[in-house]
Amino acid sequence: MADRPRSFQEIILRLQSYWASKGCAILQPYDMEVGAGTFHPATTLRALGSRPWAAAYVQPSRRPTDGRYGENPNRLQHYYQYQVLIKPSPPDLQDLYLGSLDAIGIDTRLHDIRFVEDDWESPTLGAWGLGWEVWCDGMEVSQFTYFQQVGGHDCRPVSGELTYGLERLAMYVLGVGHVMEMPFNDPASPIPLTYGDVFRQTEEEYSRHNFDAADTERLLRHFEDAERECRRLLEAEEMDPRTGKRIVMAHPAYDQCIKASHLFNLLDARGVISVTERQAYIGRVRALAKLCADAFVRTEAGGFVPGATA
Amino acid sequence: MPDLLIELLSEEIPARMQPKASEDLRRLVTDGLVEAGLTYAHASAFATPRRLALAVEGLADRSRPVREERKGPSVTAPEAAVQGFLRSTGLTLDRLEKRADKKGEAYFAVIEKPGREAPEIVAEVLERVIRDFPWPKSMRWGSGSLRWVRPLQGVLCLLTREDGAEVVPFEIDGLTATATTRGHRFHAPQGVSVTSFEDYERKLKAAHVVLNPEERRDRIRHDAATLAFAQGLEIVPDEGLLAEVAGLVEWPVTLLGRIEEEFLGLPPEVLRTSMKEHQKFFSVRNPSTGRIEGFVTVANIDTADRGATILQGNAKVLRARLSDARFFWENDLRVARSGMAEWKEGLRAVTFHNKLGSQAERIERIAALAREIAPFVGADPDLAAQAAEVAKLDLRSAMVGEFPELQGLMGRYYAQAAGLPPEVAAAAEEHYSPLGPTDEVPVAPVSVAVALADKIDTLTGFWAIDEKPTGSKDPFALRRAALGVIRLSLTNPSKKPITRVDRLWHLIFFHLEDEAAFHRLNQLVASLNESEQIILDLQNLGGVDFSKLIQGLSEDRRAMAMEFIELGQRLQTNIVESKKKAADLLAFLHDRLKVHLRDAGIRHDVIDACLAMPGNDDLVLLVRRAEALAAFLKTEDGGNLLQGFKRAANLLAQAEARDGVEYSFGADPKWSEYPEETALFAALDAAEQRIRPAMEREDFGEAMSALAALRAPIDAFFTVAQVNSDNGVIRRNRLNLLSRIRRLCLEVADLTKVEG
Repeated sequence: MADRPRSFQEIILRLQSYWASKGCAILQPYDMEVGAGTFHPATTLRALGSRPWAAAYVQPSRRPTDGRYGENPNRLQHYYQYQVLIKPSPPDLQDLYLGSLDAIGIDTRLHDIRFVEDDWESPTLGAWGLGWEVWCDGMEVSQFTYFQQVGGHDCRPVSGELTYGLERLAMYVLGVGHVMEMPFNDPASPIPLTYGDVFRQTEEEYSRHNFDAADTERLLRHFEDAERECRRLLEAEEMDPRTGKRIVMAHPAYDQCIKASHLFNLLDARGVISVTERQAYIGRVRALAKLCADAFVRTEAGGFVPGATA
Repeated sequence: MPDLLIELLSEEIPARMQPKASEDLRRLVTDGLVEAGLTYAHASAFATPRRLALAVEGLADRSRPVREERKGPSVTAPEAAVQGFLRSTGLTLDRLEKRADKKGEAYFAVIEKPGREAPEIVAEVLERVIRDFPWPKSMRWGSGSLRWVRPLQGVLCLLTREDGAEVVPFEIDGLTATATTRGHRFHAPQGVSVTSFEDYERKLKAAHVVLNPEERRDRIRHDAATLAFAQGLEIVPDEGLLAEVAGLVEWPVTLLGRIEEEFLGLPPEVLRTSMKEHQKFFSVRNPSTGRIEGFVTVANIDTADRGATILQGNAKVLRARLSDARFFWENDLRVARSGMAEWKEGLRAVTFHNKLGSQAERIERIAALAREIAPFVGADPDLAAQAAEVAKLDLRSAMVGEFPELQGLMGRYYAQAAGLPPEVAAAAEEHYSPLGPTDEVPVAPVSVAVALADKIDTLTGFWAIDEKPTGSKDPFALRRAALGVIRLSLTNPSKKPITRVDRLWHLIFFHLEDEAAFHRLNQLVASLNESEQIILDLQNLGGVDFSKLIQGLSEDRRAMAMEFIELGQRLQTNIVESKKKAADLLAFLHDRLKVHLRDAGIRHDVIDACLAMPGNDDLVLLVRRAEALAAFLKTEDGGNLLQGFKRAANLLAQAEARDGVEYSFGADPKWSEYPEETALFAALDAAEQRIRPAMEREDFGEAMSALAALRAPIDAFFTVAQVNSDNGVIRRNRLNLLSRIRRLCLEVADLTKVEG
């Protein structure tokens, strides 16, 4: 077993090198505001179609309603997920996963690791899968899912998805009680930094912004703009007049879908969405995700073969 | 006779699915074997988180050859019929026999199926079982198309004979059957080769897998009790949790921890719910104080530090959970002590149903109704209304937001904290009850008033908007609400019927219309002048062309008149609608009542006989009548009287049909021919004298016993007298006499509905 890591970043680095050694492409975070690592096109879109895929990456994630002004030991409106997606799911995915725990210093002969039923569903992405939440000594440390459907499309082959909630996992491994006290870099560094040094102030600022300051009329307008733009991009002729090539704008359209989803989360945090409206908004985002998935499977990365009938 | 062992090894099977899955495996495989002609002596199935296993003892070596003869179409039948027969038998024409038959010559097929060896049949059955396995939810994985609950990783399929074991040749989607399985994921991940079921079970145990779920359960129960006992504590029993936990581990290791002092002040239900729902911990209590002081967690591994790290980790997670719970509890108490206004306000923003308004509006309705019915159930109207106003406020509390199953219970705690009267606090908890056919029914008057008001508001509301249960769909649990009304009414009988049909239609009406409509109507009436009112009255008389009448009015007066007419018509329509819906709701309540009484042993025809009587919107009265009638019919007198009644009613019905008149009046004892006839007159007079006042007192027992007294005179009358006498006067007199029997009996219950 590996020795114990000393900082938050060391855990991330170990996961990166572990999954790199297992053959994953180590991607970078997607450059947009998303609610979870699943939203990264490297997961949502790449889970579709027949082409094999193996990627791992850190994804900063935002959940505006979870903001607690940096005071709650476990809750943050901005946090990190570590995400692995392998298609088709390899037969030893559970063992690969357990290997990653070992790599970050969790001795599976000393801890109680359990796979507890947890079916995953994302109503905004029109996606679902079966799997587990993985427990380590009674604490959920990861989500393990075999994708069955994304954007309303059956996944063939099936992707295996692993999501680690990095802060919570790291706090456990490092034995820290409050997230803000967690060492971000090595505590023996010339300039040791805690998680709080990096994020306490931003948690405070964003909590105020998310709960009270964000202009709801603007958010609503932008939501509608993103929705319209997404549809417009997908309705465009597939044949690009400038190049004479067939170019389906699945990714640019999907960016707008991501935007709409985040704007919805902000509106939700501002408390201006009623219970009944909620469902309607989620349905609107899902409709966009579905259109993007439809478009992606008509692209080369989505398994589309030019000349073949779609 | 070989024994068969099958094991399907997979990634972790959800605990809740394991019991049914092992039973399905047993049933489907053995049914398949038997159907294919392989008999067996005994079969048992097991499940762990990672495997389903089946052991079949005394399996036949091979199936017997089967010879089957089937008669086909006549030899002269059309070609298509013959071809169809060939297809269904799988034979060619030259293999068919022609035999003489009653109707000429017909084709016969003789199909001989040779006996087959067990391995071939087992493989065939197993393939079908795996492919069609009835998982509640299944999935695909990798590039394959096979479906299983989670990825299937191995198939062990072994036939064991005295001279050794043989792997059944079997392959499914790239998985080949072997005689090897794997042990515990961490203790013994290497392969384990087995030769028989006994060998399998023993080697698995050595590899840290307890195959039998019962054994895992017993181990957990025993170890937990021992650990608790050693510390002077006891486990709070929870069989559901025990079954679930036993499905989460292959090698149960029970560990006991203490709850930190600072959390012991939380309500015990909160501790228990939080530990169970989030962590699947058992609660451990101090038997002398009843206080919950510890927890038991069940790990899946033996560790070098004897579980110290695991226990420490679990305690840490629990601390975080309970910190949350305490945070919720303390915040909630603060809101409660300041009068819960914040929650009340918050419920304005929560939609109950988009056609039935917000939770706050719903609460106002329930409070008004609770006040109205309070006197009938012996509750103070003000207290009942107050209780209804606070009973659902805990829905806005943080604790109920986290643990919805604590609704009501938290309401009680918070009402107490707010310093409200104990009746109000009790109602907050009890007003949801009863939730089913057997749980306890509240008896405290204030709780009863709020519980009834809550359920009646729900029923009338959903009836108003046409959201009634259909078939198996009952998303708003309206059947449960109806049964609740019934059980509450019967347990707490009120002098006045709670489900009076006019109350029901009023309530339904006010779900459709609010006071504003009436207010507007009054406004309009007030602003119309005398002549306009005359015009409108004329309109209401009908037959007058309204449009012509109002032509003479100025434009705005005309608009006002139109509005008045339209509003009046709308209200009128809604009144008619509401009455229809109320009748329908009452019929629904009657249906649920029938189910309820049937479970209590009262026949449906007896209930029908009582439902047909006036005042059937009084459920209490209805049940008392049904009970009295059921008891009466069980007596010898009752049974015989029923026969006498039926005979009288039949004779009358026949005579009335033949003569085209109704016999109802004018029987006179002076036309009696026999003393028995005169005696019947006297008996009817006497019975009437008893029955009428008894019915007025709703003393059904007395009314029935008065009816019973008629049995002998009626029997005696029928023995001597011929109703259809040749003498027209006497015949008419006797028919009129029978009509007195009929009328009197029907005053008590509609005996025509009773069977037998």
